[in-house]
Amino acid sequence: MDKDAPLLELREVSKQFARPADFAARLAGWFGHRNRNDAQNATLAVDCVSLDIRAGEVVGLVGESGSGKSTLGRIAAGLHAPSSGTRWWQGRQVEHLHAAQRRQAQLRIQMIFQDATAALNPRMRVADIVGEAPLVHGLVSKAQRADYVADLLQRVGLDASHAQRYPHQFSGGQRARIGIARALAVRPELLICDEAVAALDVSVQAQVLNLFMRLREELRLTYLFISHDLSVVRHIADRVLVMYRGRIVESAPTAELFAHAHHPYTQALLQAAPTLDARRVDFAALKEETPSAPAPSACGFRGRCPHAMPQCAQQPPLKEISPGHFSACHLDRSR
Amino acid sequence: MSENTDNAVLRVEHLQMQFATRAGIVKAVNDVSFSVRRGEILGIVGESGSGKSMTAYSIMRLIDPPGQIAGGRVLLHGQNLIELPEEQMRRVRGNRIAMIFQDPMMTLNPVLRIATQMIEAVQAHQKVGKAQARDMARDALARVGMPAPEEKLAAYPHQFSGGMRQRVAIAIALLNQPDLIICDEPTTALDVTIQGQILHEMQTLCRESGTALIWITHDLAVVAGLADRLCVMYGGRIVESGAVREVLRQPRHPYTAGLIASSPSRNQPGRPLHQIAGSMPSLLDLPSGCPFRTRCPHATEVCAAMPEADTQGEHMWRCFHPMHQPAESEHG
Repeated sequence: MDKDAPLLELREVSKQFARPADFAARLAGWFGHRNRNDAQNATLAVDCVSLDIRAGEVVGLVGESGSGKSTLGRIAAGLHAPSSGTRWWQGRQVEHLHAAQRRQAQLRIQMIFQDATAALNPRMRVADIVGEAPLVHGLVSKAQRADYVADLLQRVGLDASHAQRYPHQFSGGQRARIGIARALAVRPELLICDEAVAALDVSVQAQVLNLFMRLREELRLTYLFISHDLSVVRHIADRVLVMYRGRIVESAPTAELFAHAHHPYTQALLQAAPTLDARRVDFAALKEETPSAPAPSACGFRGRCPHAMPQCAQQPPLKEISPGHFSACHLDRSR
Repeated sequence: MSENTDNAVLRVEHLQMQFATRAGIVKAVNDVSFSVRRGEILGIVGESGSGKSMTAYSIMRLIDPPGQIAGGRVLLHGQNLIELPEEQMRRVRGNRIAMIFQDPMMTLNPVLRIATQMIEAVQAHQKVGKAQARDMARDALARVGMPAPEEKLAAYPHQFSGGMRQRVAIAIALLNQPDLIICDEPTTALDVTIQGQILHEMQTLCRESGTALIWITHDLAVVAGLADRLCVMYGGRIVESGAVREVLRQPRHPYTAGLIASSPSRNQPGRPLHQIAGSMPSLLDLPSGCPFRTRCPHATEVCAAMPEADTQGEHMWRCFHPMHQPAESEHG
């Protein structure tokens, strides 16, 4: 195992979703008719994205809905197979591992979802929700299971005596904690949190964010923290990636990104985010979103960008503009 | 309670709304009073279960059994809506008071063209011909910043993005030039940049037309930049209200102070966030007296009684142990 290698690395992954052919199209297919609309039926959710997450890091991933951030998270977690590109765990390509090794690598990555209610089986008791996976994977014996679950519940701030309850008997914040306990049960190294605090009330959100930070210290966890909320990401992440239309447009250490955002989209995002300190501000209007997908070879933000120029018909590469700070914009050259 | 009586578009006095359940009576809205003036934006902030949406539904009288309005008055230009016969109330809804919901598909019919729905909304309240109603619909779409409004009239709701649908819902709300628009979390489901556009447009519309606005949200940051005045709700009651600037700078109620302090932007990155202990209790077993006292760091035995409203100018709070220190952020 290569010690210097990132914990998880994605190399030039893409994910394309194709609408399944309807009956008419299949019928046409049987008669030898080639469907010419293949390109229209396919959505390129993630477009050639590379990403590395080092052990102990908290990487924030921000972007608006449809930017592909959840898809990228699911690829990282192994829930989606990328259409192209490779996935590396501790320096070894996951696709080339033996089945048993791959299962072990897979277990080290766990995911926490936005809607804890939907992610928990309503007919299972908490003891089974949390205790099933470690039993199946041989991490604990049947006899140890109850103690193991009690320990996990306490770790996430739940009352261990509630293990026999069902998910509906808990509040939203407590259900989020059950989801976290379930993820921790298989002793993961990397947690992928997809909008894990978005559905929570402000006061509960603070409690759960504090829990994430405490667990990071106690269990030396690494996080990929996906969120649309800039203030949350700013608080928890060491490094932030900004996604727009399936591509990473900017990435930098958190403080650097919030102080010196380079990409026009990041700047617009920071400007649009309401803050507690802004009093009676005039909300600036960003240009309309263009409903149709841009040409694949062009910069995705071109249609809304205040600085768009002819060059933008060419997709700008992600370049390092200062140490650790990457941006994909033609303006970077002139700066 | 008598300041600017002539200016108040809407005045809510001691509103009570409750649900009769098998486990007992749940007071979802408990003794809520506030007013909105012409051209003013009032933010109502609270967590889920605080009663903020039920306050809005009570004003519109959109409460179904087992819910019922148990007391209080809702005065629109002095006329009590609670006592209005249902037939007359229908003429108020969508005409003098419009409502915008979090999910625009609650407003829009998925199988009708935008034009059909908007013309129907105009003709329900005004005696105008179809062509004229269509012109009004097109103008309303243009006012909310919809590009190519004439083409958009022929479209169906599914052809729009979430932000565009919400704009259509806002345009429908504007059709009959209402005196008041109630917005229930209208931008919560939208992306930050789209939210910025809609906030910008609502702000401009209010300023230009003098429409009063009630903006219900769980997000203090949204009202911080948008609203003139702010009501903070907890456990069915307004626990603090006042000018936005003043409430945010010098919150008096420990709950408001806790909400502000637990926002990530008020904390040093990477450090533990300030947190309010516990979670919102079920409205069925709210503690007697101050609803916040079981979570409050300052609670004493006097809090078992409901505190009376204290005021200082327009700033109102209900607490026996109000905070005097302005909540400073840790880093400037």
